[in-house]
Amino acid sequence: MNDTMNIVELQQVEKRYQGVTALNKLNLEIRQGEVLGLFGHNGAGKTTTIKLILGLIGASSGQVKVFGEDPTQSEARNLRRKLGFLQENVSFYDQLTGLEVLQYFARLKGVSKKSCLSLLEQVGLSQAGKRRVKTYSKGMRQRLGLAQALLGEPKLLLLDEPTVGLDPIATQDFYRRIEILKQQGCTVILCSHVLPGVEKYIDRALILGQGNLLAEGSINDLRHQASLPATFHLQGRGLTLPDRWAEKAFQDELGIRLDIELKDKMAAMKQLVGIQGLDNMDIHLPSLEDLYTHFIESHNGAGSAMNVTQEAAQ
Amino acid sequence: MSAIFTVANKEFRDGLRNRWVLSICIIFSVLAIGLAYFGAAAAGKVGFTSLSSTIVSLASLAVFIIPLIALMLAYDGVVGEDENGTLLLLMTYPLSRWQLLLGKMVGQSAVMAFSTLIGFGSSAIMMGVFSDTTWAELIGPYTVFIFSSMLLGWIFIAIAYVISASVSEKSKAAGIALITWFVFVLVFDLGLLGMLVGTQGNVDEAMFPYLLLLNPTDIFRLVNITYFADQNLTGLMAIAQQTQFSMLSLLGGMLVWLALPVTLAMAIFNRRGL
Repeated sequence: MNDTMNIVELQQVEKRYQGVTALNKLNLEIRQGEVLGLFGHNGAGKTTTIKLILGLIGASSGQVKVFGEDPTQSEARNLRRKLGFLQENVSFYDQLTGLEVLQYFARLKGVSKKSCLSLLEQVGLSQAGKRRVKTYSKGMRQRLGLAQALLGEPKLLLLDEPTVGLDPIATQDFYRRIEILKQQGCTVILCSHVLPGVEKYIDRALILGQGNLLAEGSINDLRHQASLPATFHLQGRGLTLPDRWAEKAFQDELGIRLDIELKDKMAAMKQLVGIQGLDNMDIHLPSLEDLYTHFIESHNGAGSAMNVTQEAAQ
Repeated sequence: MSAIFTVANKEFRDGLRNRWVLSICIIFSVLAIGLAYFGAAAAGKVGFTSLSSTIVSLASLAVFIIPLIALMLAYDGVVGEDENGTLLLLMTYPLSRWQLLLGKMVGQSAVMAFSTLIGFGSSAIMMGVFSDTTWAELIGPYTVFIFSSMLLGWIFIAIAYVISASVSEKSKAAGIALITWFVFVLVFDLGLLGMLVGTQGNVDEAMFPYLLLLNPTDIFRLVNITYFADQNLTGLMAIAQQTQFSMLSLLGGMLVWLALPVTLAMAIFNRRGL
């Protein structure tokens, strides 16, 4: 397997459910070792995309290839040993202990039972492993689900809302684990509508809306595509802004606000840092959340939808 | 093969954990021992009565309770996993649908078989120890009774899976399971009797007993009364008695009744969307 190999390939994939188009001509290539974020509202087509990649459903038209094979074929069943999957809201078997649940899945995947204990420890459940799952909190169930997804060192991980119910520290832990897996050559697809914190860890984001691809690219690409401004907030007494910026400035509750195009950001910073009486300056770059909102809104805005899609496809 | 065993093993363990095995064992043994000991209470005496009357009364109670327990045990087998989200997860494992379904059925059938053996077997041991009946006399009838009880349980587990694979909500599965029980255990026989009365017995006598083969609970009863043909029988069984089906053909009939819903459940489950 070389670095340029595509683990997942979707070509012109469409999925229709009883006349409703859940996914519209999606093209997607995911290389080995890439961490891809899949974002969108409920019903945007995220889960459909995941199910197509897992081979749980077949495409209405177009071609899906995972590890170079069609995942819906029964011969591809053995490929599933290389897959890890965690879906939203899985509640497992209440009567069994955490360790028993994990061992059950390990046996089905053909993974040795020994790895279960260390996996439980990795997700911080070694104490709770002997307790029945019905006593678990939501976060603990989620962590058990993660341990399950990590069984057998998967080459492709698909995680649907993996950090729901995790506390901030567990979330950090989780992202660190993703980072390690990525270094080991694991390809990861993260599916979410909860965004804060995720942008540092993904190589590429895909924003879906109503089955259409709205935008695709790294965070930087998306920032350029969206051309959202950087927001400056200046605080201080008797500030006099240079003429170039003064006309754009206005007062809000955080101080003097300036929206500056990204290409002018450095020039603005240099000039603004030097002005008299400046106590504080905050700079906010468009976050993934801002980009997400931007792309969703411009898609919903009448007539502009096609432009965004075309722009994103470039 | 190992996947089926893994799933079956987990189902059996589940059955032990949620006390299904324990409850069924207790119900069956209380029923069996109680009937063996108090069966003749209506005749004004307690104590172990004749083996044949014990088994026949046990069979006529078991015919109500075994289908009910089997349906309750298995009605959420597919739809429950679906609601938990584990069905979707399992389908991403190297495991085919038929393996999962068969594994679950085998596991729950083992729960049923184990409980039947312990529950009814305990009454056989009680009778062997405390009554005049010898062990040799006990073994034949109890083997037939326990084995046919297991078969009856398995048939209704398979029927429960047909229901479970067809619906999308647990509550719906429970409702349909209850109706199914009602139809097989009560309505069917009443219908046949009603037909007899309505036509004033003007039904082809040769054909009539074969209608009983359309209901697995009736076959179960036939299996057990075939063994004790000297009993005073009432109702439908008395009519069927005239046509003696052989024990083997009756058990064969039950096996057909087992194979049908198993196949049907698999066919339906294979087409179930995720």
